[in-house]
Amino acid sequence: MFPARRSDSYGKPPIMKARVTVTLKTGILDPQGKAIEGALRSLGIDGVASVRQGKVFDIEIEGGDPKKAEALLKEAADKLLANTVIENYDVKVLG
Amino acid sequence: MKAAVLVFPGINRERDMARTLKLVSGSTPNMVWHAEHELPAGTDLVVVPGGFSYGDYLRCGAIAARSPIMDAVRSFAGKGGLVLGVCNGFQILCESGLLPGVLMRNENLKFICHDVYLKVERSDSPFTRGYNAGQVIRVPVAHGEGNYIADGETIARLEGEGRVMFRYSSPDGMIDPNWNHNGAINAIAGIVNDKGNVLGMMPHPENHVEEAIGRTDGRGLFAGLTEALEKVA
Repeated sequence: MFPARRSDSYGKPPIMKARVTVTLKTGILDPQGKAIEGALRSLGIDGVASVRQGKVFDIEIEGGDPKKAEALLKEAADKLLANTVIENYDVKVLG
Repeated sequence: MKAAVLVFPGINRERDMARTLKLVSGSTPNMVWHAEHELPAGTDLVVVPGGFSYGDYLRCGAIAARSPIMDAVRSFAGKGGLVLGVCNGFQILCESGLLPGVLMRNENLKFICHDVYLKVERSDSPFTRGYNAGQVIRVPVAHGEGNYIADGETIARLEGEGRVMFRYSSPDGMIDPNWNHNGAINAIAGIVNDKGNVLGMMPHPENHVEEAIGRTDGRGLFAGLTEALEKVA
């Protein structure tokens, strides 16, 4: 039998859920969004004025300090998740 | 020439590149794994080859650009070392901050895989000295994200400082939207950094270097680099 792992049941740090949304900056051409826009129109979904495609990252953060989590996620977005030449990002710690 | 060809998971053009470097320069390049922290001693050219590093996850080249070897490449380039990035290599150089701008999804949303014509803008660079300014060469492209863009200020600087090395053109060297296959701004196919020692380009000159393939237009780039490095040594 496998030995029980103590850390499985308790003593773990709390986990916070967070969401980072990455979107293209205004004025940057989005050929994928345009293609989706065209597909929606061809499906007969009327009233769509425009589509811009982006990315959503659902991230779990260890620890219970939302301020620290937000700073960490901003660093993650600046360093990797977004290319700030063409993209904006938004960080939300959901708790 | 003592070239180092970087190898990332998912790269698949590194052997074409190594073969061409050996064929044209006579020296076998070192293949350098992305997890290394240093380039081999005496390296005088770093080549970032094409392929699909990390499966193009997140953004093309984004994850490879953050690998340990890229810190060594940044410091090598900072000291004036020559760096060539082709295709995914160009994307990696942009993501790593060694070159400005980004390569977006092709305007027509298609993966483009065929020969293109390139106008060589200038011949007074270690990368293009094997060509004449204004010369048109024919080399293949193979990419889905090659649509170069940067903010207006950066484009104005690139153009003002003569840092566009290659543009997509017609066979007779005309810059025309019909020959700008991926929609790149100003038909830009290849640029250098502000010091002129880092070149990124979407097309694959390494694939047109042998008579058996039918064309040798790409050879000039590698022959020029070999000459430039021999002059220094």
